Amino acid sequence: MNTLYRSMLGGRSGLIGLAILAGLLLIVFPLLLEPFRLNMMGKYLSLAFVAIALVMCWGYGGIMSLGQGLFWGLGGYCMAAFLKLEAARNIASEAGTDQIKALSTVGLPDFMDWNQITELPWFWYPFKSFPLTLALMIVVPTVIAYIIGTAMFKRRVGGVYFAIITQALCWAMEILFVTRQGWTGGINGITDLRTLLGWDIRTPSAQSSIYFMTVVGILVCIVLGRWLLNSKFGRLLVAVRDMEDRVRFSGYDVANLKTTVFCIAAAMSAVGGAFFVLNVGFMSPKLVTIEPSIYMVIFCAVGGRMSLIGAVYGTLAVSYGRTFFSEEFPALWYFLMGSVFILVTMVFPDGLAGAATRGVPAAWRWLTRNFREPPPAPATAAVKEAQP
Amino acid sequence: MIYPHFALELEELTVSFDGFKAVNGVTLYVSKDELRVIIGPNGAGKTTLLDLICGRTKPTDGKITFMDKTLTRLPEQEIVRAGVVRKFQTPSIYPKLTVFENLEISHPKGRTAFGAIFFRRTSDVVDRIHEVAKEIYLADLLETEAEKLSHGQKQWLEIGMLLMADPQLLLLDEPVAGMSVREREQTAELLRRICKGRSAVVIEHDMKFVRRIADKVTVMHQGKVLAEGPMDDIEKDPRVVEVYLGH
Ligand SMILES: Nc1ncnc2c1ncn2[C@@H]1O[C@H](COP(=O)(O)OP(=O)(O)O)[C@@H](O)[C@H]1O
Ligand SMILES: [Mg+2]
Repeated sequence: MNTLYRSMLGGRSGLIGLAILAGLLLIVFPLLLEPFRLNMMGKYLSLAFVAIALVMCWGYGGIMSLGQGLFWGLGGYCMAAFLKLEAARNIASEAGTDQIKALSTVGLPDFMDWNQITELPWFWYPFKSFPLTLALMIVVPTVIAYIIGTAMFKRRVGGVYFAIITQALCWAMEILFVTRQGWTGGINGITDLRTLLGWDIRTPSAQSSIYFMTVVGILVCIVLGRWLLNSKFGRLLVAVRDMEDRVRFSGYDVANLKTTVFCIAAAMSAVGGAFFVLNVGFMSPKLVTIEPSIYMVIFCAVGGRMSLIGAVYGTLAVSYGRTFFSEEFPALWYFLMGSVFILVTMVFPDGLAGAATRGVPAAWRWLTRNFREPPPAPATAAVKEAQP
Repeated sequence: MIYPHFALELEELTVSFDGFKAVNGVTLYVSKDELRVIIGPNGAGKTTLLDLICGRTKPTDGKITFMDKTLTRLPEQEIVRAGVVRKFQTPSIYPKLTVFENLEISHPKGRTAFGAIFFRRTSDVVDRIHEVAKEIYLADLLETEAEKLSHGQKQWLEIGMLLMADPQLLLLDEPVAGMSVREREQTAELLRRICKGRSAVVIEHDMKFVRRIADKVTVMHQGKVLAEGPMDDIEKDPRVVEVYLGH
């Protein structure tokens, strides 16, 4: 029990950090934000899953993936496929409506029908079942991460080369999903998702429930991440990051360690993608490509690449900034983002988390020094006198 | 005829980097319990020889056997698991981890990813860490971050990390480089102590240090073995004086 408290919740200071985050997400935001903004937060939070995953994979393990959108997107597409089939079945049962008259093959997703596909492709079948969908949502990205990891890390591909390869893969996936219109919905993605097991996900009350589910998902990921990082595995990741050869010559299979953390990060990112689909009701290839993947790394860097909780704040801060600036000063945004990234990597490598863990105590000392009663000099004198 | 039983056997070992033979037909036998020192001018191929034994570089030709097990084509971690450990020329430690954690990671328990996730810091692991820390003069610094150690202490820490696995063969590349005179003496003592019941191959330049620790010395020059024998004979060998000791 005591060890679990320390390893999963990070002891007292870890628990305080987690409680503050939980309070903010579960109480403050729902009370203060109007439904539209709260839903936006849910959308941002579904990206925070990737930022948390990157803390483990990049911050600790030193594996910079610039293609994490690939896994996030796969998770999202799995969930979207399930919802789309359910939507198609619902439409099929509403005989006589305009929507059904426009279709030539009833019961198929609309985009398949538009692409002259008359039968459901075989790989869509598993998405008829919800448990299978949930399983595939995790398994597919994990297996792909495993293949990439084994192929790259066994060959000692790392650093910038690995980052570029993940980016290329991400781009390849976008092209694949855009061009295979009949299978994936093409450039528009999978849209018009309505119900999850009969529950209308578009109503305000459903939206707020989904927001809370997303928050719970985030908190679970943080606790899980802490447990992993506080184990010997977590220390090994740091060791691999800083001195890979030493780990190898201590008898470890470094490629295997790297592949494992890359797979865990992929699975976690995929869960985020699925929550995204539930929050917004669609999935699109534009969301899985290079630019969003780079944003994910920025979220992580701004939050502090060694802090799981920081990753969430980083995601919220940058995403909010992006929305705000692109509404108000769209031209400025890219310059601002670029400068923030440079500043964070050069001056504040520990990001917001570093600022909080160092800045807050420093500010506190400064405050207490300047606004408290006169210096405690007499007190020490008294102590000295008291001692024989 | 009785063949002596060797722990490490290198036969006609050769590696060629784009035609340049950094190690060229080296044959070398190290007995169990022996501390062998390799000396030679810079670029002689000493580091490369250790790289070959520990699997960092794959030989173009030749054979490496340790305790009757062929290591020649094994992956690095398998060679370590066969009992062969390596210390690098520049101290390779984990700067952001404490001395304790550095040693803990080097413990052979929990060597797979899942083994590491479910690894528990049991009392036998902790005891072993304290034992090794005492041996390497770092018992009072267990909670210190490794990057804060002095250069000499980092060298010791790396030796300690090797000891955690209770290896059969130690490969040490210039273990006293950058150490003070006092630290050199402590290291010589440390090496004599830890090499009991093990074999060791040590690369070193400091002749005083070599004389203190070596059972036998091998001189390398241009990728080849130039001479081999007890230190006293080596020092008198005119070829060795010519290429190395004369400087
Ligand atoms: N990976 C490599 N590729 C090409 N040349 C190498 C490589 N490793 C070592 N060498 C060369 O092999 C020679 C022997 O190097 P090394 O074993 O480091 O010498 P020593 O440790 O005896 O000073 C040097 O000339 C070095 O430049
Ligand atoms: Mg060398």
